[in-house]
Amino acid sequence: MYDVAIIGCGIVGAATAYQLSRYQLKTVVLEAQNDAANGTTKANSAILHAGYDPEPGTLMARLNVEGVRMVKELCEKLDVERKETGSLVLAFSAEEMDTVRALCDRGIRNGVPGVRVLDREEVLAMEPNLNPQVVGALYAPSAAIVNPWDFCIALAETAVRNGVEVRLSSPVTAISRLPGGGYRLATPQGEVEARYVVNAAGVEADTVHAMAGGSGFTILPNRGEYYMMDKTQGGLVSTVVFQCPTKVGKGVLVAPTVHGNLIVGPNAEDVPDKGAVNNTAGALAFVREMAAKSVPGINYRDSIRNFAGIRAHSDHSDFIIEESAQAPGFINLAGIKSPGLSSAPAIGVMAVELLRSCGLQTAEKDRFIDRRRVVRFKELPPEEKERLIRENPLYGRVICRCETITEGEIVDAIHRPIVPRSIDGVKRRTTAGMGRCQGGFCGPRVHEILARELGVSLPKILMDEEGTYILTGPTKEGR
Amino acid sequence: MTNLICIVCPKGCHLSVDEANGYAVTGNGCPRGVAYGQKELTNPTRVITSTVKIRGGIHRRLPVKTNSDIPKALIPQAMALLDGVELESPVHVGDVVVADICGTGVSFVASRDM
Amino acid sequence: MSSMVYDVIVIGGGPAGLAAACEAYDNGAQKVLVIERDKELGGILNQCIHNGFGLHYFKEELTGPEYAGRFIRLLRESASVEVKLDTMVLEIRERVVHCVNSREGYQMLEARSIVLAMGCRERTRGAIAIPGDRPAGIFTAGAAQRYVNMEGYMVGKRVVILGSGDIGLIMARRMTLEGAKVLACVELMPYSNGLNRNIVQCLQDYNIPLYLSHTITDIIGRERVEKVVVSKVDENRRPIPGSEMVFDCDTVLLSVGLIPENELTRSASIEIDRRTNGPVVYENMETSAPGVFACGNVVHVHDLVDFVTAESKRAGAAAARSALGHEASGAVMEVRNGSRVNYTVPQKIRRENVDKGVEIFFRANNVYRDTVIKVESGGQLLCQFKREHMAPGEMEKITVPKILLDKADGQCLTVSVEDQA
Repeated sequence: MYDVAIIGCGIVGAATAYQLSRYQLKTVVLEAQNDAANGTTKANSAILHAGYDPEPGTLMARLNVEGVRMVKELCEKLDVERKETGSLVLAFSAEEMDTVRALCDRGIRNGVPGVRVLDREEVLAMEPNLNPQVVGALYAPSAAIVNPWDFCIALAETAVRNGVEVRLSSPVTAISRLPGGGYRLATPQGEVEARYVVNAAGVEADTVHAMAGGSGFTILPNRGEYYMMDKTQGGLVSTVVFQCPTKVGKGVLVAPTVHGNLIVGPNAEDVPDKGAVNNTAGALAFVREMAAKSVPGINYRDSIRNFAGIRAHSDHSDFIIEESAQAPGFINLAGIKSPGLSSAPAIGVMAVELLRSCGLQTAEKDRFIDRRRVVRFKELPPEEKERLIRENPLYGRVICRCETITEGEIVDAIHRPIVPRSIDGVKRRTTAGMGRCQGGFCGPRVHEILARELGVSLPKILMDEEGTYILTGPTKEGR
Repeated sequence: MTNLICIVCPKGCHLSVDEANGYAVTGNGCPRGVAYGQKELTNPTRVITSTVKIRGGIHRRLPVKTNSDIPKALIPQAMALLDGVELESPVHVGDVVVADICGTGVSFVASRDM
Repeated sequence: MSSMVYDVIVIGGGPAGLAAACEAYDNGAQKVLVIERDKELGGILNQCIHNGFGLHYFKEELTGPEYAGRFIRLLRESASVEVKLDTMVLEIRERVVHCVNSREGYQMLEARSIVLAMGCRERTRGAIAIPGDRPAGIFTAGAAQRYVNMEGYMVGKRVVILGSGDIGLIMARRMTLEGAKVLACVELMPYSNGLNRNIVQCLQDYNIPLYLSHTITDIIGRERVEKVVVSKVDENRRPIPGSEMVFDCDTVLLSVGLIPENELTRSASIEIDRRTNGPVVYENMETSAPGVFACGNVVHVHDLVDFVTAESKRAGAAAARSALGHEASGAVMEVRNGSRVNYTVPQKIRRENVDKGVEIFFRANNVYRDTVIKVESGGQLLCQFKREHMAPGEMEKITVPKILLDKADGQCLTVSVEDQA
C-alpha cells in the first residue's frame, strides 16, 4: 500500500512527486506514456510568466507569482536551463496602451516585481527588430524562459533519487475504492493501492476523475501550434515578446529559447480530440501572419520544426486544485492551463497541503537530495573539456554535430533515474537531434548508442511514444 | 519510333530509336548513346547494387555490385542470389561474392574494402 | 592540450576533403592533416552504394564506396598526410583549428592554410512545414539510406517519397529492390531536380509514378505513418483543393534539397553567400579569410561528385601554394548573376591569379530550351555559350579564357541566360 499515488508525470505530477519526496512516505507516480514530460509539458511555449495576466484573487494569480520564484531556485539547484529574459507586451494603438496599463496595474496587485510601462523609444532600444509601429509596451523583468522537459525530468529524477517510484507505460484504466479507505488503481502493468491519489493527468484529468466516481469539471482540449526556428533567427529578440490580448484572441508570442533558437506561436483552437497534436496549414499560416505584426523579419526558410501542444483547458476559469467532492482523499490538480508551467512548483506545494488536510502525515526525511548536476560539454572552457575527455573518453566523441552533444552526455542521460527508451527521450534530456538537421545525422547514431546501452536490438528502439517504431526489420527480411 | 532518355551518363540525352530502320538512333550526344538506344529496345540491361551481411567489419553490411550489366529481367533472380550470403572481414574491393549470375558470366563483387 | 603546426589542415574526409588533401600534398605541402568526424574516410559516398560515379573523372562507372576508395588509397600512399578520424572540429579561430576526439582530447592545431570541406546536410520536414501528425516513419532520404545500406535495416514497407532529388530517386529503387513497395514520388515543381537517368532507371524501371506539381498536404498517423494526402499544386505552388489523393503507407522519405553545412564557417566570421548558403570564394576557392579555402558541397551543392573532385583539387593546390607563402593578390572582379541565373561560383575573380581561364559554375532558375549563356563586363559581351537544355537541377559550367577576361573593362562580370535569337 502506497501512501500516495500520483497519476501523471508531466510538470504538475513531477512537481508534486518532488515535494512529497521530502517526507517519509511511500509514493508512486503512474505515467501513461513511456517517458516523463511527454504530454503538454513537452509541447508549449516554455515561458515562465511574470504573473500580471491572471485576475487578482485567483489561484492562478497566486500560484503563478509564487511558482516562478520557486522555479528560479529549483533550476539553480537541479541544474536546469533557465534564462531570465524579461517579457514585453506590445501595444500598437492607444487602445492597446490602455490594456498595457491595466496589465501593469494587475501585475502590481499580483505582486509581480518590477513591472513597468515603456514608451516606443524604450521598447525599440530594447528590441530593435520589433515592428517600428509599436507605440509602447509592458515590461516584466521577472519573466523567464526554461527548458520545460528537462525541468520536469529533473523534478521527477530527484523524486526518484529520494525514493519515489515512477512507473512508465502505466496508464490508469480503472479506479476502485478500498473498503478501509484509499484506492485501487488498475494499469496494464498491474494494480496499485494507495491511501491518497493525486490526479495530475493533464488533458485526461476529467477521465481519471470519472474513474473514481468524480464529476464537476470537463477538460476542453485546446491546441496551439508553433514554429521552432534555427539559431540563425535566435537573436531576433532577447525578451519574450507578447501581443496585447484583444477581443479576437491572445495573439502569438515570439521568444528566444534557452538553447538559442526562436519560438513562434501559438494559435489557440478548440479541438475535439485530446490527442490531436497535428499541425495544420491554416494555423501555421495564422501564426506567421500574427507574428509578423510583432517581428516582421522572421525568415521561415530557417524553420527547423513545427509542433503542436494541447492545453488542458477546463470549463472552469481558474485552476482546479482541490479534493474531489465525490472521492475523499482524491486530489484533483486539473485544468492546469497557462500559466501552468510557471505555477507547477507552487501547485506541488499546494497539493501537499491538501493531502495534509485530508489526513496525510508528513514527517520530513533526515536526508533529502536536492541537487543535480548535468554535464553540458559545449558550454565548458577548453581546459574543462580536456579534463572531462581524459576522465571519460566518450566525451571526446561528438554525436550530434548541430548541438555539439557528446556520446558521454548521451550515455549519462540513458543511465539517469528515469531511463529514456526512445530517441526523442534522449533528445529531451541532451538536446541531441534538436538542431537544424533534426537528427538526420545523429539519429541513427543515438539509435545505436541506445540499443547498446539498453542491451536491445535496433528495431526495439522507438522514436518516441509506444508504437513509434523506426525500423521494420533487417534488409532482405533477414535472409 | 521510340523516345528514350539515355542513362549512360548524367547528361541524359533524349534519344529517338527507329525500330523500322534497323534501330537507327538520333539525339545522342556520343556513340555510347547509339549502343544504349539499340540495346534498350532489344535487350535492356542494368548494373545492380546491393549489400550482403559481413562479420567483423566496420559495418554490418558490405556493398556489392554486378561487375557488368545484366538483363533487366534477371534483376529479381540476381537479388535473390544475395539472400543468406554472409562474409567474413577482411574483404577487398573486387572480390567475387556471387559468381556467374544466372549463367550470364557476370558476378556480384565487393565494392569496397572492409 | 596538444598543439601542432601543419601546412594544410583539411576539415572533412569526404570526396571534397580527400581530393583537396591529395592535391595539396602533390603541390608541395609537407604536413597535411585531414580531420574527419566519422570513424572512416569517404563521407557520404560510403552509403551511396549505387553506381554512376566517376564517369567524368575516372572515365568509368563506379559505386560511391569505390570512388571514395580510390582517393583513400591515394591518400594512404601520400606518406605525410595524417588523418584524424572520429574527430570533431569545434571552432576555427584565425588559423587555429580547435577539435576533440577520444584519444587526444582537446587539441588546438595550427595551420598555414585551411580547407573547409564539411559537405552539406539535408533539408528536413521542419524546413518545409508539412502539416499533419508527427509520427515515426518520416525520414530524410539520406538518413534512410544510412539505415538501409550501412546498418542493414529497412525503414518501412510502403513508401511515399517527397521530392525528386537524386537521393530520393536512388532510394526509391533501393527500397524496391529490398522488397518495399514505393507508391509514388511526389515533386512540388513542374520538373524533377534529379538527373534524367535516375528517373528512368530508378522510377520507370520499377513502374513508380512520378507526380510533378504535387506535394504532401497532410500526414496521418499518431504513432507510425498510416496515410499521406497528396495534392496537386497550382503555378504558385499552392495546393489545389479537391485534387487530394490518399496513399496508405508507413513511410515518407524526404528528398527536398541539401544545404551547405557552414556553421564552422560562420563562427569563423567568413563571408557567406545568401544564394548558395556557402562561403563566398575567389577563383582559387579561397574564402574571405586569407589562407582559408573551401570546396565541394560546403560551397554549393553539386550534382556530381566528379565536379566536387575537380573543384577540390583546385582548392587543395591553392591551399598548398598559400601554405608555401604564395599569396594570391590583385584587383578583384565580382561575378554577378544576371537574368535567369540563381548564383555563380566563384563569386569573385582576381584576374592576375587566373592561369589559362576561369571556370564559372551556376544554376539556371527554371527549365529553358535553346538558350545562350552570356558573359558580359561593363556592357561589353566577352563570350557566349549555347545550350539546348537548362534546368535548375543541372549545374552549368562555363570556362572564360584568360585572354577574354583580360579584355573585360568593368569591375564585374555578369553571367546571364537568354533565349537564342
